[in-house]
Amino acid sequence: MRDEPLVLGIETSCDETGVGIVRGHTLLADALASSVDQHARFGGVVPEVASRAHLEALVPTMQRALDEAGVTLADVDAIAVTSGPGLAGALLVGVAAAKGYALAAEKPIYGVNHLAAHVAVDTLEHGPLPEPAVAMLVSGGHSSLLLVDDLTAGVTPLGATIDDAAGEAFDKVARLLGLGFPGGPVIDRTARDGDPGSIAFPRGLTAPKDQAKHRFDFSFSGLKTAVARWVEARERAGEPVPIAHVSASFQEAVCDVLTAKAIDACVSNGVGTLVIGGGVAANSRLRVLAEERAARHGIVVRVPRPQLCTDNGAMVAALGSHLVAAGVAPSRLDLPADSAMSLTSVSVPG
Amino acid sequence: MLVLALDTATPASTAALVEVTADGLFGVAENRTVDPRAHGEKLAPEITAVLAEAGFRPRDLTAIVAGLGPGPFTGLRVGLATAASMGQALGIPTYGVCSLDALGRAAGPGRVLIATDARRREVYHATYADGVRETGPDVAKPADVAVNADKAAGEGALKYGDVFGLPVEEHLLYPPGAALVALAADRIREAAPSEILTPLYLRRPDAVEPAGRKPVLT
Ligand SMILES: [Zn+2]
Repeated sequence: MRDEPLVLGIETSCDETGVGIVRGHTLLADALASSVDQHARFGGVVPEVASRAHLEALVPTMQRALDEAGVTLADVDAIAVTSGPGLAGALLVGVAAAKGYALAAEKPIYGVNHLAAHVAVDTLEHGPLPEPAVAMLVSGGHSSLLLVDDLTAGVTPLGATIDDAAGEAFDKVARLLGLGFPGGPVIDRTARDGDPGSIAFPRGLTAPKDQAKHRFDFSFSGLKTAVARWVEARERAGEPVPIAHVSASFQEAVCDVLTAKAIDACVSNGVGTLVIGGGVAANSRLRVLAEERAARHGIVVRVPRPQLCTDNGAMVAALGSHLVAAGVAPSRLDLPADSAMSLTSVSVPG
Repeated sequence: MLVLALDTATPASTAALVEVTADGLFGVAENRTVDPRAHGEKLAPEITAVLAEAGFRPRDLTAIVAGLGPGPFTGLRVGLATAASMGQALGIPTYGVCSLDALGRAAGPGRVLIATDARRREVYHATYADGVRETGPDVAKPADVAVNADKAAGEGALKYGDVFGLPVEEHLLYPPGAALVALAADRIREAAPSEILTPLYLRRPDAVEPAGRKPVLT
């Protein structure tokens, strides 16, 4: 079972309740329930609403995953669960349930790092990951650049956002433009009819003075404010707001910074593989620009399909499967939900 | 029939094993930790410990009874998620009972006020006559609770004892496992259908819809 462990993964770090089942690198089931509609009118994820939804969704989502994979809990070799980072109350529902499954079925449990799971999921689609690799994780909750030396042992953070996450910037700008929530897909769509070069929005932390301290960090708060100012100035002047041009120019600013820093991270670390994950990885412009720029340096870009980029249970199962195959010791039943879990631990030590 | 009782509606995480027979109830073992922030970490090890102590394995369980609250949400959900997942994994029914009812039942004869800490200077409360609930459960500021009882129990009653002006049963601060199971004994004996464990929230999520845009130009 070491080579092809059957692992079940539970993910509840934000607003998606996910249960995935993998055997080795093969995805057998990926069941998902989302509370995104319940958050729409608040313009962002409301933690208590998400926690309530997780509790309601967990048992039925688990059942769908087991049915889809055609296995029972007695068949699995291990249960993996996102221990952090994420929303504390939401994580706790998944962790408590995972412990219930593990102790009732008498299976080992692995509390795993959500960000490392975003990287691991790519192996379900593209096979073993060449190491070292650079991973860029961009979503409503995170914007990180990581150096992946060994996915089962440790991941080195290179940089992260110092204010808003990339996906959060999409949400805020979409709200500003009256486009609804979540903002990523709708801005991607409206941007198609706009000119990305029409408005020069700022590129955060890319000035020469930022190289020393923030070479691989991101900042999207200034960009969001710049868009708000630009739109408001138009409105005050009584002029129509060219939504397509604003969307395209905003999106270009985000994607330009993300890809420039990701490629810089690869080149400066002598790494030939870039993995992109998180909900923003589904952005069409980000993919095109990353591939264009990577090709110039002979870097291979790996982006899992959109359903695997956003939060899901399969990514947790995929990382769990790596840990079991590598002989990493399971976590203990008192493993915590750790909303600020550091990347230095890929799983909670036993 | 071996029944597992779980409750995380108060600062206590409780895991208890109770034997239910055709005409009686026998407490087998009980583990409890009092730490309002540690339900997520303490409860599962308590369950394995209580089973091991009594020489049973999870597969020996016939049913699970869980306290539905009311109680602080985050901790409360730990007990319910654990109970629901164990029930699903073992293919056994889960039954929900009001956590305050367990305290009311354990308080025995007479009129009793049960109050637990709801944080934000409020209590979850209910009143019982000879173990049967007469009012509540509800959430209120201690001073706004209409007191019509001879005694009080629950950690909220202890915390706000001076407001209620009632003698407090200090041995009865957290829902006892045997009382939780007693409240579901008929359902257990009849092998009633499994229940979805929905918390008694009594409060809506704090969330406000965004107002209009704030201007950024000055
Ligand atoms: Zn994520």
